Amino acid sequence: MLHDMKAEDITGDFTEVVLELYGGLSRKILYTEIETPYPDGKLIVSTTDTKGHIIHVNRSFVEMSGYEENELIGAPHSILRHPEMPPAAFKDLWDTVNKGVKWQGFVKNLRKDGGYYWVKATVIPNVRNGAVVGYTSVRRKPSKTKVEECIKLYPTLF
Amino acid sequence: MSYQFTVSPDFTPDHLSGWYIFNTWLQKQTDNAIHLEMYNDFHDQRAAIQQNNVDLIYANPFDAAMLVREKGFKPLVRPVGVSDEAIIAVNADNHVEDVAHLSAGTKVAVTEDPDVHMIGMIMLEPGDLDTSNVEMVPCDTYVLVAKHLLQKNADVGIFLAEAYDDLSNMIKKQLRILVRSQISVIHHSIMIGPRLLDQHENIQKTLVQMAADEKGKNVLDSLGFTEWQVVDDEEMEFMIDLMDTLTM
Repeated sequence: MLHDMKAEDITGDFTEVVLELYGGLSRKILYTEIETPYPDGKLIVSTTDTKGHIIHVNRSFVEMSGYEENELIGAPHSILRHPEMPPAAFKDLWDTVNKGVKWQGFVKNLRKDGGYYWVKATVIPNVRNGAVVGYTSVRRKPSKTKVEECIKLYPTLF
Repeated sequence: MSYQFTVSPDFTPDHLSGWYIFNTWLQKQTDNAIHLEMYNDFHDQRAAIQQNNVDLIYANPFDAAMLVREKGFKPLVRPVGVSDEAIIAVNADNHVEDVAHLSAGTKVAVTEDPDVHMIGMIMLEPGDLDTSNVEMVPCDTYVLVAKHLLQKNADVGIFLAEAYDDLSNMIKKQLRILVRSQISVIHHSIMIGPRLLDQHENIQKTLVQMAADEKGKNVLDSLGFTEWQVVDDEEMEFMIDLMDTLTM
């Protein structure tokens, strides 16, 4: 279940949009221009089932997303989807991991408070006894240069 | 039949005798003839694994995928509260305050310890550094990594956090930490090979109960551990998947 974002959760001035998500979902997004810097030395880790619902998050995920763990477990991973991320990036992600191959890219993620954080994300299919049972995503601190390249590139991909 | 036990070559030198004591204890508890073979480096150890000479191993997480997926090993236990973390440090005189301020051509002092090397290189990525644009300064030990920093033969050093913390205060005063990893889920584990798999449950139980026995507790002390905890197949698969994402 994915709820619309609420004004009382947002810190600072925000912009409102409705985002169409994979699987026919849509969500009201409230987002700000406030960046939370990626913490040094940490990895953000999550695992989803094959349908993209979150089944495990680590502490860094909880801290950076701004959600409580119980709000995240069972939610679609698109709870982090920022409106400035082009749909083509996520299509590439799913096309790649559905072939059983690792995907890597730079992603702007949305926080519960409307802010954002950039990550370098790697997604891998979890293969158990020959079958894909889910996906693990591991994010690390991105280089500023790569993020600056993405800030220029992503608006051209809509 | 005699079995072979080996320990990841990145073990702390202070614990060498502890591993021999552990092996003696394990033989007695399991009534198996087990020979402890300490290889000089990862290359020699991996060659022995490929030749199917190894039956039990205190394995580096970097080798876990190969052990499970290619050689049929299964996880047994890991030390409680111990995970592999890395530190990026510089000479205290160095003006760099942030990894992002490092530049191409940086000289990186590093050991061959594969998981620490990998974590360290990931922590250098925010500075746009990777193996293609840094100069590696290979070192046999972490003390030599520190020495290269002190002598300014290297700009940054990648340390196993435990090894850095164990450096003398005099050395640490002349160094400065830029980043310390806080990953928590990458750890060494004892793993069991195909020839011993019929004893998996028994050996796992023996190890988990080790801390409850006075002699067992003393042996653990000699390794610097408090107790072992079970690593099940899914936990190991999770770590292997995680390591897989980090090697990209």
